[in-house]
Amino acid sequence: MTVKEISEKLNLKILVEGDADREIKGGYCGDLLSWVMGRAQSGDCWFTVMGNVNAIAVAFLADCACIVLCENATLDKDAQERAELQDICVLSSEESAYTLANKLGELL
Amino acid sequence: MSNFKLHFTVPGDDFTRAGEASGSVKKTLKDLGFNPEIVRKVVIALYEAEINLVIHAGGGEIDVEISPECISMVLTDEGPGIPDVALAMKEGYSTAPDNVRSLGFGAGMGLPNIKKYTDEMKIDSTVGVGTTMYLKVYTA
Repeated sequence: MTVKEISEKLNLKILVEGDADREIKGGYCGDLLSWVMGRAQSGDCWFTVMGNVNAIAVAFLADCACIVLCENATLDKDAQERAELQDICVLSSEESAYTLANKLGELL
Repeated sequence: MSNFKLHFTVPGDDFTRAGEASGSVKKTLKDLGFNPEIVRKVVIALYEAEINLVIHAGGGEIDVEISPECISMVLTDEGPGIPDVALAMKEGYSTAPDNVRSLGFGAGMGLPNIKKYTDEMKIDSTVGVGTTMYLKVYTA
């Protein structure tokens, strides 16, 4: 299932479109960047509240399919610019990482 | 392919630019056609090391040498050095200050991640002088 399809089914708001046709292979929840860096898998949908420029770098380098900012966490302006530059899809939801991950699990 | 060399100067305490060197290396490796999993290993390790230069060392230098068989990285700084390398290698051990933790760093996973994603890792560190880290990822 692609990022675009998941964003529609989970009713996610698109903050940065990025590569919305990319396939999502799994999911990961976490806010400690090195923890995520070491454990998230390529193609994961990453649920977090970290909307800073370093989170974008982690998603880019760890090869996550997209970032979902949970519970309406904000995306910093410089993070938005970096995401646009690096073609990282950033989505947003008012729901928690737990709720969203459960829903993703049912879809995959 | 002849060997390819890249050099980066990493400024200290500038978290908005942290990851630029790793991002550039990712692009180069992708353009050269390396396996995506090899690229991922290299850039995860390099980003963690790059972040360490920013957080702990006041910046430093990165040299990357790319050959078909191996990606070698040398990171050099003139920071405070690591008093106990074995302790610093333990998962969860961190000396990152609170302002850095608020950005999402300081989980104590940096050096363990570097070890996990490289085939060779060597640290030479002298307190008060600086640290040099040698990393290698083999392509086969």
